[in-house]
Amino acid sequence: METQFLLSFIVGIVVGGVAGFLGSLMLGRRMALAAGPLGHLTLPGIALALMYGFDVSLGAFPFVILGIVLIWLFEMRTKLPMEALTALVFASGVAIAFLLLPVKQAEAALVGDITKVRFGEAVISVCVALLLFFVVKNIYSKIVLINISEELAKSERVNIRKYNLIYLGSIAIIVALGVKMVGGLLTAALVAIPASSARNLSRNLAQYSFGAMIIGIISSSMGILVYKITGFPAGPLIILASTFIFLISMVFKR
Amino acid sequence: MESEFILKVTNLNVRLDHQSIIENLSLKVKKGEVLTILGPNGAGKSVLLKTLLGLFPYKGEIEWAKAIKIGYVPQRLPFIKDIPLSIKDFFNLKGSHEKETEAILNSVGFKEDFSRKKIGDLSSGQFQRVLIAWGLVGNPQVLLFDEPMTGVDISAEETIYNLLLVTHDLSVVYKFSTDVICLNRQPICYGPPQEVLTLESLQRLYGGEVRYYQHKH
Repeated sequence: METQFLLSFIVGIVVGGVAGFLGSLMLGRRMALAAGPLGHLTLPGIALALMYGFDVSLGAFPFVILGIVLIWLFEMRTKLPMEALTALVFASGVAIAFLLLPVKQAEAALVGDITKVRFGEAVISVCVALLLFFVVKNIYSKIVLINISEELAKSERVNIRKYNLIYLGSIAIIVALGVKMVGGLLTAALVAIPASSARNLSRNLAQYSFGAMIIGIISSSMGILVYKITGFPAGPLIILASTFIFLISMVFKR
Repeated sequence: MESEFILKVTNLNVRLDHQSIIENLSLKVKKGEVLTILGPNGAGKSVLLKTLLGLFPYKGEIEWAKAIKIGYVPQRLPFIKDIPLSIKDFFNLKGSHEKETEAILNSVGFKEDFSRKKIGDLSSGQFQRVLIAWGLVGNPQVLLFDEPMTGVDISAEETIYNLLLVTHDLSVVYKFSTDVICLNRQPICYGPPQEVLTLESLQRLYGGEVRYYQHKH
């Protein structure tokens, strides 16, 4: 097997798995919606990265941070619905990508391109994703408790600000990693769909969280394999594989 | 603080959203005592419990005995339907291990294997009982109950817990408490229920429309 394909495959399953795992927390807090605008906001960053030839995730990251500030302002301060932000950011993000980039590169920004990932990039992405996995695993039960009731969490002496900050930081990092794989348009699906499928199939938290991770891994491998066979872009294929699993999970819903 | 007190509150004032919720409240709870907080809706009962837990800012003094473990049972929780959470998972969130979880669930009348049920599949009565059981995790010395359901047996004689109960049910007051505090923003009466729950104090508490009854023990 060629090295390039193997590199893409490894990055794909690691990032896909961790995205699914973290996504299982986001579903609980209705934060899955927030991953949408976050992904779209990265488009200008990706455009810059492609124009000047640096790592896409690196270009995306500052814009994700900006996005988190925006979401915080929207949700906590103005109480505007998340959909308003999604619409606003989505449109502007796509517009900027097409304005700044030639069509070929605009496509990479919108739907990602994991098939040309370089060795150094791959190593960094995998390390960051694995580190993220352990961070999320550590905060998991605290975030679940906060999601259930902040008051209950406070009465258990959980430092809500601290955990929320780590949680939002983790979301920022997974979005930055995700855009490399599936692009600014589809990142939300990378976190939301595996968790939704796992929710259909599980009866407890362990089945749910690790189920989401496994479904993330399977979707990524399926998508990248089908790319190898058909030559269609890998990003959309990963998401469609994920959707396919979701449809099956509806049949076996427990 | 003298060692026999587990809780001492002096001149407590709580304001939320520029509104005074609790004014000039002082109380003491000794070891082994059960204090009920009685009052109409909106009187600040739940706020008082939450303030004692440290959830709201306040003026005045709240002193708990050193290193005391507190269990809190909220009045209600949004039903957990977003994610698949078994009862066992719910107890794990509080650091309860399988054996402890089973033992506590048993003590509130649930059979074995119950802990595998999904929270979202429980009836609201079952969920309330699970919440009470959750409050017992970690062997707290004090339990703060916000409106326990009638019919749930929390008979104080049989347990070693200190209780702080919020209620508007007079029969709960007579059945369980050593002391009662009548609260309608300001404390209206405070002491053993047989002594302080007079027709006059209840009328002041509820605004006249009270059918008075006293249990003879």
